[in-house]
Amino acid sequence: MAAQFDLKNDGVVVIIGSGAGGGTLGNELAQKGIDVVILEAGARHEYEDFINDEWESFAQLAWKDKRTTSGDWRVAKDFPNLPAWIVKSVGGSTTHWAGASLRFQEHEFKTLSTYGKQAGANLLDWPISLAEMEPYYAKAEAKMGVTGTNDWPRLPGNNNFKVLKAGADKLGYKECHTGNMAINSVERDDRNSCQQTGFCFQGCKWGAKWSTLYTEIPKGEATGHLEVRPNAMVIKINHDAKGKVTGVVYADKDGKLQEQKARIVAVAGNSIESPRLLLNSQSSKFPHGLANSSGQVGKNYMRHTTGSVYAVFDKPVHMYRGTTMAGIIRDEARHDPSRGFVGGYEFETLSLGLPFMAAFLNPGGWGRSFTTALDHYDNMAGLWIVGEDMPREENRITLHADEKDEHGMPIADVHFDDHPNDTAMRNHAYKQASALYDAVGATRTFPTPPYPSTHNLGTNRMSEKAEHGVVNKHGQTHDIKNLFVSDGSQFTTGAAENPTLTIVSLAIRQADYIAAQMSARSI
Amino acid sequence: MVTIYDGKPGLSRRELLKRGSIGALLVISGSAVISPEQAWGLETSALKPETMATLIQVARDIYPHDQVPDKYYAIAVKGHDETAAKDPAHKELIEKGIADLDSKAGKGGYRGLGWEEQRVALLTEIEKTPFFQAVRGGLVVSLYNQKEVWPIFGYEGESYSKGGYIARGFNDIEWL
Repeated sequence: MAAQFDLKNDGVVVIIGSGAGGGTLGNELAQKGIDVVILEAGARHEYEDFINDEWESFAQLAWKDKRTTSGDWRVAKDFPNLPAWIVKSVGGSTTHWAGASLRFQEHEFKTLSTYGKQAGANLLDWPISLAEMEPYYAKAEAKMGVTGTNDWPRLPGNNNFKVLKAGADKLGYKECHTGNMAINSVERDDRNSCQQTGFCFQGCKWGAKWSTLYTEIPKGEATGHLEVRPNAMVIKINHDAKGKVTGVVYADKDGKLQEQKARIVAVAGNSIESPRLLLNSQSSKFPHGLANSSGQVGKNYMRHTTGSVYAVFDKPVHMYRGTTMAGIIRDEARHDPSRGFVGGYEFETLSLGLPFMAAFLNPGGWGRSFTTALDHYDNMAGLWIVGEDMPREENRITLHADEKDEHGMPIADVHFDDHPNDTAMRNHAYKQASALYDAVGATRTFPTPPYPSTHNLGTNRMSEKAEHGVVNKHGQTHDIKNLFVSDGSQFTTGAAENPTLTIVSLAIRQADYIAAQMSARSI
Repeated sequence: MVTIYDGKPGLSRRELLKRGSIGALLVISGSAVISPEQAWGLETSALKPETMATLIQVARDIYPHDQVPDKYYAIAVKGHDETAAKDPAHKELIEKGIADLDSKAGKGGYRGLGWEEQRVALLTEIEKTPFFQAVRGGLVVSLYNQKEVWPIFGYEGESYSKGGYIARGFNDIEWL
């Protein structure tokens, strides 16, 4: 039975956000008997409410509040008020994510040591190693039901995968399979197995794909120690004269401001909202925002070096049938500077339905060059490039100088410029992917620009030393002992892998730390 | 108010052709744009029906799909008439934008240009204008988000109610 806590209860852990970080942390703490209130900005839609329709689903789930953009990335031109495609709903972006669950590689925790100093990049080693993370990765994989781990079979390959695999074989790539997916390949955890429906991005109507919405959250609620409060948009974190946080102010479903007291606050609103909230919580004691003595809050915004390549063939593919992202080539994920860039990238199958393909294939494009691509939609195959991008201080989230949302909170501006390493990596990937599809007989290929960011990372980075970042190796802010960050904004650097598995692993690890600190009465 | 009429518009084709003035494709009749060939009509309330007919042609020239009938382009742009009815500034944007294209096209207007290349050349000239941006930006959703056009492109849409594709061809590719 879900708990209900009083606003004045100052013994609770308040978690802001219910996605991969917040939802997982909430359940992990509740399982240990710790009282938790999760404040979620969005509404609660259960999985049977999801919609197999791209625009309708976008209207139901996406975070559509206005943001502004600047910088040389093409998203700023094509989607100036939609820098990110993430979710405002209970479950956060775990409703929308594709399910790809990959561990980071060892060197990706040590980018400064491995790649060396890169001009114009703010590389830094993580204060954790792969060895320290491995037990938590294992727990996360077991929790999420990741295929290819724990004897769970991989998903069967769909048409889009078969094209990818044929091309990978022709090019001599060795590591190509249907991925490590947090999607049930067999029934488990009282949930269905994948029915190859497609629409993974629109929320899995079978509940086969792991989402905190129907795993962590109900499990946490069943303990009687977790309350999830939807439609609660947090706008400020309060602190006392000693600088300890004491609670949060949020706008409730009627827009009325409420204060929830707290013993501990954990911020997990994704890498745009989390720094926005810390910056907006400025006070006379913390004039630059909470946990910002380093000046790093909001900086080092990363979004992965992405892009897609679609290819048209003279025969049907029907790429949209089946699991959207169950297909990967990992050979290019290695660090091999002889390719002209540091770090690496993954190829993963991807498809969009016709409405989103029209919107994203070449935003702003028109005329026959554009429309003849769509004419052969059923003969199309596609993949996504996801690679490590360089953290840069200039790439950052700031509070807009004049524009405010309906609660009076300044909206976020997202600035991003590609680093030359990002551009070199993307161009390499475009060339490889085009060659891959050409090898299986593509008649035309389309190097497609990055979409609004789905992987938003790094804006409250983890660092060994307080002057280099915002949080320590446990996601605890360097400045305030009872303030934590629990989402992908902790990432010191981005790695080439999809971030969710690492976010979940860090949240499990953080829960152990918080519980230990609470019982030691240090927080 | 915009109404799409399916079926016979009430006038015979001969009558329509007599009243109309724009050749074989679309006919203006009163406040409506009518396609006698395909038996549909679009009634306008704020925009001139001639403007709507040209807008339909502009829509096709922006996103030309020869296998997609005019009707779907008409549905895709009818929102401009609805917006124009509520917003005089929008009405002016569209009417002026079309008038500008007509004057650039010379005698016979935009629709009088026989080849797509000729019309596209004019559109290219104006592609940075707010008029063009408004028309193109709206179309990318209003055209491609019509469920009725999806089968023309081989897109099957919603699949959950049919049990997904696990038994319906998720891995049926044969030519590899």
